[in-house]
Amino acid sequence: MNWALAARIARRELRGGLRGFGVFLACLALGVAAIAAVGLVRSAIQAGLTEQGAVLLGGDAQVEFTYRFATPEERLYLDSIATKTSEIVDFRSMAVAGDARVLTQVKAVDGAYPLLGSVQLQDDVALATAFSGTGDLPGAVMDGVLADQMGLAIGDQFSLGSQQFILGARLLREPDSATGGFALAPRTMVLTADLAKAGLLEPGTLFDTSYRMMLPANSDLGAAELATKTKLPDSGLRWSDRRQAAPGVERFVDRIGAFLILVGLAGLAVGGVGVAAAVRSYLEAKISTIATLRTLGADGALIFTSYLLQIGFLVGVGVVLGLALGVGVPLLLAGVIEAALPFPAQIAFYPQPVIEAAFYGVVSAFLFALWPLARSEQVRAAALYRGGLAGGWPRPEYLALMLVLALVLIGGSAWLSGTATLAFGTAGGVVASLLVLGLASWGLAWAARRVARSRMLNGRVALRLALASIGAPRAETMQVVLALGLGLTVLAAVGQIDANLRTAIERDLPTRAPAYFFVDIQPDQIDGFLGKLGTNPGVSKVESAPMLRGVITLINGVDARTASGDHWVVQGDRGITYADDLPAGTKVTAGDWWPKDYTGGPQISFAAEEAAEIGLVLGDKMTVNILGRDIEAKVTSFREVDFSNAGMGFVMTMNKNALAGAPHTFISTVYAETAAEPAVLRDISKAYPNVTAIGVKAAIGRVTEALGAIAQATTLAAMATLITGFVVLIGAAASGERARVYEAAVLKVIGASRGRILASFALRSILMGAAAGIVAIVAGGIAGWAVLTFVMEADYAFEPVSALAIVLGGIVATLLAGLIFVLRPLSVRPASVLRSQE
Amino acid sequence: MTDTVLALEDVWLSLAGNAGSIDILKGISLTVTRGETLGLVGPSGSGKSSLLMLMGGLERASRGRVMALGSDMTALDEDGLARFRRGKMGVVFQSFHLIPTMTALENVALPMEIDGVPDAFARAEAELEAVGLAVRRHHYPSQMSGGEQQRVALARAAAPRPALLLADEPTGNLDSANGAAIMDLIFGLRDRHGATLVLVTHASELAARCDRIVRLVDGRIDANSQATPAARMKSGAEV
Repeated sequence: MNWALAARIARRELRGGLRGFGVFLACLALGVAAIAAVGLVRSAIQAGLTEQGAVLLGGDAQVEFTYRFATPEERLYLDSIATKTSEIVDFRSMAVAGDARVLTQVKAVDGAYPLLGSVQLQDDVALATAFSGTGDLPGAVMDGVLADQMGLAIGDQFSLGSQQFILGARLLREPDSATGGFALAPRTMVLTADLAKAGLLEPGTLFDTSYRMMLPANSDLGAAELATKTKLPDSGLRWSDRRQAAPGVERFVDRIGAFLILVGLAGLAVGGVGVAAAVRSYLEAKISTIATLRTLGADGALIFTSYLLQIGFLVGVGVVLGLALGVGVPLLLAGVIEAALPFPAQIAFYPQPVIEAAFYGVVSAFLFALWPLARSEQVRAAALYRGGLAGGWPRPEYLALMLVLALVLIGGSAWLSGTATLAFGTAGGVVASLLVLGLASWGLAWAARRVARSRMLNGRVALRLALASIGAPRAETMQVVLALGLGLTVLAAVGQIDANLRTAIERDLPTRAPAYFFVDIQPDQIDGFLGKLGTNPGVSKVESAPMLRGVITLINGVDARTASGDHWVVQGDRGITYADDLPAGTKVTAGDWWPKDYTGGPQISFAAEEAAEIGLVLGDKMTVNILGRDIEAKVTSFREVDFSNAGMGFVMTMNKNALAGAPHTFISTVYAETAAEPAVLRDISKAYPNVTAIGVKAAIGRVTEALGAIAQATTLAAMATLITGFVVLIGAAASGERARVYEAAVLKVIGASRGRILASFALRSILMGAAAGIVAIVAGGIAGWAVLTFVMEADYAFEPVSALAIVLGGIVATLLAGLIFVLRPLSVRPASVLRSQE
Repeated sequence: MTDTVLALEDVWLSLAGNAGSIDILKGISLTVTRGETLGLVGPSGSGKSSLLMLMGGLERASRGRVMALGSDMTALDEDGLARFRRGKMGVVFQSFHLIPTMTALENVALPMEIDGVPDAFARAEAELEAVGLAVRRHHYPSQMSGGEQQRVALARAAAPRPALLLADEPTGNLDSANGAAIMDLIFGLRDRHGATLVLVTHASELAARCDRIVRLVDGRIDANSQATPAARMKSGAEV
């Protein structure tokens, strides 16, 4: 094979310019741009998190304890390794002012806070000034949302527990806010010393402490971590440092980024349909040239290589355009994006997302171009006389090459996204959707041909014409249904998942979920608490249980994270309860519950599903660190625990004797009629100011809000897919314009009015759009069902509103794309068209 | 070495269509000898062009054998046929079939480039000179008249010095003055290179210049096909 000659021929062929490749370039560039932009923003956030690691963490390193302060010995050690230390206490409480009682996430700090960065308060008030208060009352700062909710102005009083505070300023920004993760309530910040009389940090109450440290310059963080863990072995401490200041945020951004890139890949698949169609129509226009080359002695390999090089050049142009767009737009809008993101981001040029997007673009473009390209070598010299691109299948070596490209694309996306399951799922979904859509368009064309010939349509000329042109050989039916259908499928799947999750949260959950969680009920308060609720007729059910928090440190003597494969249960501290009798409604699935008044060694009853995921078996030994004390217990039974109804669910229950001596509080879930809820809250907070109420509806609201943001981002990415689909539609309509012009001319000759011709063209678009929309709903519904059932383990119900919107959207899109190219066919005089055809 | 350049034995050509298979050529047997000029005539749809395409290996016979320059073309696949044509056959079409993205010079040089001829462009320039288009060598087909395009096509067919020149109604798309000029060029090239020429034509004056005429009717050779006076004169002179 003469590559130089193939390149020469390719170069000469490309002199014709890029005309006719608008759709090809737009499809490729859009897909690549979307992926590059998402990747770039992801890299920017990662860079921001790394760069700002110490500020986000609030120091070079941090040691956290659950439920307790550091002991004097521990504090002494931490002070000894740090140049500066700051103590932060974090807990939930009720902010009360008059009748307003609102849940807040309290951050109690010392004078050293913040070690890095600065707290931004409204009107540039200094933090120390805001904390200084007035007279005897200390000051506090509060999130503006919370202040508004409580109707508080600067200088107004409110209380936390039994301590009164003066609102000193509204909080705009904490330097270390990104590490805290998802918060159920807005922030209030006070000095820890001012909480001494609040009664909120009593033994057993739920709070976290963290000790931020500035370490000497050039400290080895790994060595410091190891030394601290060795020095304080059984303290249950959690270490983090600036190397990975916000692992939760990083993981979240990684996941969302990977997910959006996969949605972007679906967009490239839609674009691929356009690429394939563009290559096909380019080659059709080149049949005479290819056949002439054949006549002059060119063999198939020379022809294929020459056109491969041409398409390769165009792929290069498309990818470069896409990268320029995908990198250029975020760079241009850097300020806006950085301000809009809740995480620090450094928008700049990063090579990795660019390489990633280019890889996806190049591989997918060749994957889709190869089929029509392979047929270039099948053009016979006789095509000069008989015309037409040979139909049928490409040679097996090309099919094998396509398979390799598909595997490279899927394998690459699994590797680059870091979530193989999601990548394989997406790839499977796209391939299955393409197959279903391909079959559907074939079926539509077949049915259209059949119906067009039926006698039922006698007299309905417009419909008959529309059906005939859908079913005609070489009609653009396949292209339209594939591209629009795939775009709509992605949108339908997102719509179905989003709607189902919303329904589950907004409608199903609250009917079964409690009105409030009350936490931090001291043991001496629990009887009075239950008695108070027992007399309230609006309360239908109260469940309460003792609650402690602990970290699973070892399983059978092995580090728990290693032994469990880093399961969520061992990742942080978990709520633990104790019971003597088997609680009502609890079902033991394996093993035996301890006997009544059991006084032997500690035993654990573990949640069955989580135990299976970790690989626990009965008889395993588990070490749980509670308040700095290690308790080794034997797993003696597994229980069914339902976490879905927001009721009380503990992964671990221990026998009473093992834990009753430890300082602890009670947690209580209260089920009440909606009308009775405010009164319940008022009564309890008045009687027990230290008890914190978490309104389940408000919490669900915040979860829904977070979900909404994710759904919005996904919908945006899916819209990019749909825009690509629309570009393909326009391409299909444009390529069909010549045929429409001829069709319209012939129809005019035989007496059809312009109205009738327009009706026929419009009907044709409507039918194809509806077909694409209906198939998209089926495919998107199946995808939504699969994601909900297998990934989210939630119930799926078909959601008709978004489905209907999608069918209508499909129809409108096809109609619009079709009508843009109808004007010329309608306005052209038949004589000029028909004469030019002769 | 045999003097037979083309030998067709009971050649059939059937094409599959939506309405079933159609026989285009029905048992054609024909030989063409070296240096001969054969005119293929007949009404539209009689199969003239299809027969010419078969002779050039642009179409493959459904049945029968086509021997060209001593090789059995029916045994070759599409690529084999393309390679076989290199340097041996030149084809001129009614619609010229120049490659629109290439200049006149590049169009003429192309078959020689494909054949790996080292001085393809020099020879192409000489050939363009011979057809009187040296000054237009950097022009694209769309910048030339029909007559000029056909002259380029002729130069392209003749430049590799093929043993067999096939022309399908080469004057069909031209006015009479241009048509006559093209015919003079074709016959001049044949004389210059000593090629065998097979010509499909509707023009009687063109047919009259051929050594032999074969008339096709409905895919078969008309038994009344006659040699032309020119041929008789030529053979008489030789005798």
